Amino acid sequence: MTTVLDPTDESRPAARTVGSRPEDLTGRTVGLLDIAKPRGEVFLDRLAALLAERGVTVRRYAKPTFTRPMPADLRAEIAAECDVVISALAD
Amino acid sequence: MQSVTTTASSPSAAAQDLPADGLVVVVKQDCPTCRLVAPVLGALDAVDAVVYSQDDPAFPDGVAVRDDTALDASTALGIDVVPTLLHRAGGAETARVEGWDRDRWRELSGVADLGAELPEWRPGCGSRTHDPAVADELLVRARGHLLAARRVELAGLEDEAEALYDRGWTDGLPVVAPTPPRVLRMLAGTTRAPDEIVAVVPPNLVPATVEKVAINAVLAGCRPEYLPVVLAAMEAACTPEFNAHGLTATTWGAGPAVLVHGPIARRIGVNAGGNALGQGTRANATIGRALQLVIRNVGGGRPGEVDRATLGQPGKVGLCFAEDEEGSPWEPLSASRGVPPGASAVTVFAAEGPRGVVDQISRSPESLARSLARALLGVGHPKLAPGFDAMLVLAPEHVAVFAEAGWDRARFGAELDALLLRPPEELARGADGIDEGLAGPTQPQPKFRPGGLLVAVAGGGAGKFSAVLGGWVGGRGGSSPVTRVIEEA
Repeated sequence: MTTVLDPTDESRPAARTVGSRPEDLTGRTVGLLDIAKPRGEVFLDRLAALLAERGVTVRRYAKPTFTRPMPADLRAEIAAECDVVISALAD
Repeated sequence: MQSVTTTASSPSAAAQDLPADGLVVVVKQDCPTCRLVAPVLGALDAVDAVVYSQDDPAFPDGVAVRDDTALDASTALGIDVVPTLLHRAGGAETARVEGWDRDRWRELSGVADLGAELPEWRPGCGSRTHDPAVADELLVRARGHLLAARRVELAGLEDEAEALYDRGWTDGLPVVAPTPPRVLRMLAGTTRAPDEIVAVVPPNLVPATVEKVAINAVLAGCRPEYLPVVLAAMEAACTPEFNAHGLTATTWGAGPAVLVHGPIARRIGVNAGGNALGQGTRANATIGRALQLVIRNVGGGRPGEVDRATLGQPGKVGLCFAEDEEGSPWEPLSASRGVPPGASAVTVFAAEGPRGVVDQISRSPESLARSLARALLGVGHPKLAPGFDAMLVLAPEHVAVFAEAGWDRARFGAELDALLLRPPEELARGADGIDEGLAGPTQPQPKFRPGGLLVAVAGGGAGKFSAVLGGWVGGRGGSSPVTRVIEEA
């Protein structure tokens, strides 16, 4: 038997559970997050139009750059103002 | 092979049991000189000498012997040779004789005719505390309390290399098992305390202790003397300026690379000569790998998870080399990065694998600079400027062309900057039949942002070649090279 020392952070990945999804979006506020990848706004503009047709309140947000994690303040702002968030991740 | 008795008392307890005053003898049966002096030990009984036996409590026959097969007393007394005769007073050693020396044994014991039948002098043997078969266990007993990392037991039937791979701790290549003795030996390479926090490691922002970095340095195959370089590289890589999170997460293939500056490079054997960017040198092969393994294992930056590289490149296993500061005709790159003369340091920078540049014809600095500039334009894409950073590694035969013409590093940089300022019509989208490019440029654009091109001298003596290591997006939107002085070097 060999004993070795654990090279990892020794924690299981913090068990993050996704919040329960709303049954429908009526009366909800949906945040659309542009992570600043090129043409992300094309996708989000279309989503915004489709959501507006359904009477959903839409708020728009953008990360300063896709290369860095979202500023903590922006994350807090979205969490405070929205019920649901949709992120445009690709270019 | 005899092992150390693991149920023995701790060294501190043994130290308390040591006689505070009088004579102490340490022997082992396996030593011919100890067997030679065995009759003498009976005579020393009369003067209340305490005899410790390292390997056989029944040796010497007929003498009251203390069992030191656990080597606690020998460790506490700092025994290097057996037999050793010691005199202690008030709990401290006042005299020591190693091996058999009749006059000195008589002097210390006060027994005038001691060993009359023995030769005058015989050298002793090595103490069992230095036996490689038990040294690891003694090391763990003496310093194991410094280790805080979780211990993982590998089953006896598990193949060690397979077991470590299966736990997800490797970059795909085999690793060295980080056993407690190996980690303790690695920690001897630094003066820093094992529980000191070195850096908060992206992407999961996990604090890494010196011990955790040492464990991963063992995995990577580092020698203990490399550890100060790995620690400094960790500090540099975990700064916001370097942005290891973004570099790990990007779909682009660059990874963190390490350039070593100053005398530590030669001292620990970081290659700056032939094949400096290749295989075959342990320091080059393992220092960058240790950095990447910490990001993987502690920070959680794993391919397919946070690491989203489209293609990656082999330098992501680890890339480390040194500048040939002694062979270079120029002031070292480290000078412009704030490293005091004579100090050792690391610069961590985002890098792809090297792309060689051939120019065997140019003998004028103007011509060679144009060659190198042409090659540098290819970083990322020839029509994107400025964008990605890069590292240019000049081999000796190329830098000599500039030095012999009187170009110093500053002149070379200025000439290169001029050549790398590209006209808008060359860079515009659609130009040259290529859709990629800049959107509506009106002014000439520099290929690299200020400070975005690092130039180092390295490589073997033959070959009119250089190498370009493309980087990643430079500056606030990406990564900037970061230099750290190795304070303990």
